[in-house]
Amino acid sequence: MNKLFIAVALLGACKGTEKGGGDKPASGGSATLNASGATFQKAFQEVAIESFTKANTSIKVNYGAGGSGKGRQDFADQVVDFACTDAPYKDADLGKVKGGEFFYIPNVLGPITVSFNLEGVDKLQLSPEVLAKIFQREITKWNDPAIAADNAGATLPDTGIVVARRSDGSGTTENFTKYLTLAAPDAWKLKSGSTVEWPADTQAGNGNSGVAQIVKSTKGAIGYVDLSDAKASGLKYAALKNVSGAFVEPTVAAATAAGDGIEIKDNLIFSALNSKAAAAYPITAQSWCMVYAKQTDHAKGTAVVAYFNYMLTDGQKLLEEVDFAPIPKALQDKALAQLAKVQVP
Amino acid sequence: MQLDLRGRSAYGDRAFRWIAYGAGALVLLILGLIALVMADRARPVIGEMGIDFFSSKRWSAPDGLYGALPFIWGTLYTAAIAVAISVPVSLGVALFVTQVAPRWLKKPMVYLIDLLAVVPSVVFGLWGVLVLSHQFGLGRSFLTAGIILGIMITPIITSLSREVIETTPASEKEAALALGATRWEMIRASVLPHSKGGLVGAVMLGLGRAMGETIAAALVIGSALGQVTLNAFASGNSMPAVIANEWGEADDLHKSALIALAVTLFVITIAVNLIATAIVQRSMKRSRGKTP
Repeated sequence: MNKLFIAVALLGACKGTEKGGGDKPASGGSATLNASGATFQKAFQEVAIESFTKANTSIKVNYGAGGSGKGRQDFADQVVDFACTDAPYKDADLGKVKGGEFFYIPNVLGPITVSFNLEGVDKLQLSPEVLAKIFQREITKWNDPAIAADNAGATLPDTGIVVARRSDGSGTTENFTKYLTLAAPDAWKLKSGSTVEWPADTQAGNGNSGVAQIVKSTKGAIGYVDLSDAKASGLKYAALKNVSGAFVEPTVAAATAAGDGIEIKDNLIFSALNSKAAAAYPITAQSWCMVYAKQTDHAKGTAVVAYFNYMLTDGQKLLEEVDFAPIPKALQDKALAQLAKVQVP
Repeated sequence: MQLDLRGRSAYGDRAFRWIAYGAGALVLLILGLIALVMADRARPVIGEMGIDFFSSKRWSAPDGLYGALPFIWGTLYTAAIAVAISVPVSLGVALFVTQVAPRWLKKPMVYLIDLLAVVPSVVFGLWGVLVLSHQFGLGRSFLTAGIILGIMITPIITSLSREVIETTPASEKEAALALGATRWEMIRASVLPHSKGGLVGAVMLGLGRAMGETIAAALVIGSALGQVTLNAFASGNSMPAVIANEWGEADDLHKSALIALAVTLFVITIAVNLIATAIVQRSMKRSRGKTP
């Protein structure tokens, strides 16, 4: 109850600050950009904003990582200058976007690891069907023949499997479950979404860090965690069998490779999940930032385009240091071409 | 001169009356608007699910199925555990402070208990995760949540009970003592019967707080789905915890379902609070009538 009131109050506060950097000096112009959206991008936005504003001291950028859903809502209501999201609008919601035409600009790829905690086992290989059955609690022992079949030669202990998953609604859950519906359509029955109907005997953690914490502190645990949090917690993660049959570990290079073997629509909507590329890590998630095609304010419009341009070029080099992956060159070119269409008065 | 003065004070009276009316009406207006807007936004899910919203155990956003029964159960069950833990402690402390404690101890104890009431709930929640779940190995469960909520509502119940108990007229207590009653017999014969209504009210206010608590419950209850069980060691979920966890990424029908949860919680807590206020008021009227 209280939480809801606080949320409403905060929303009000955000609306209040929207028209911040109104007073602009003559040339170039100073501007304050307010943005909100995906928590997935938070670490990248922080480093990108820091180095961008260091070079452009007259521009300030605020990124509120309140989740993709909040980003889409804020962008539709025009309370932010741009927003970032892990998933595009549903067709039914497009009519609610008040500012007219807008562009999706892809800027980040990131692997979602399947992290585990199993004494004596450092390397683990999993195929999609086995992964699906583990997370549905149909496989409950680590020495199950199905797991052994994926790991020829390894000795697996007789430990019970503890499944860790998110307690909060999340784009990470959405991408993980979407991957399972694509890669193991027969085995996976829980469908996909920001929250799904997890079996009652799974452990829930808040945020990527909450799941990482459960995996780290529980023997026999397995959970899906983004690469940066998995690395920060020092977790071991599994190599997953991709479409071409290779077991691939979650790395920055394997995530960028996933961006190569995919079909990209004209509006730059794509999914890097379950990519066909031979070197691709199969659970690679993608994220976009959204910008209105017709900017209404000169100083802000110029600043938004400059920042997006930075994210797509020099900013891409910062991704690796926060354990995310740059987008492939072909996609980068398309994104820059799209950005060039933005009109600034 | 006098006419002038009267005129001015009449203006003052009128202005005061309108401000007072306005303030009173504003509160009702806000409450009414909240109820109205929330009920309106809860309509889609009720239209979709019908009565199943309150009786189904399945909550699956991808399937578009929203059954709130496990969360309603979790809210009521944890609140019941909280009250069961808190009531004996609270009453004991209240009786100790009012009837047993030496004068020099009374003031600091009252002060400490009131201080406990202002500790932010997230602190209790984190303490619950670190100490109860991990160190004591209770895990995330109905019991862990119930214990945390019990600790949180203890100060409220204690300080309300203390005030109710202190309204017992000295004459009644002295009468009992004069008849040769021990201290416990005096408490049983004159203090408890006198303050029964007020104590029930205090407990119900605590119950209302326990049901509405969000963060502490969300941290320790375990967020497990479909759990309608008396097993206190099982993980479960409560209405406010679900709302806090799932709101951010929810789409339209899902949001409507979460708002419907909020309305359900709103109705239950308001009902509990109204009953509590009625009981407290009745008992206060009665005790005032008896006081010489």
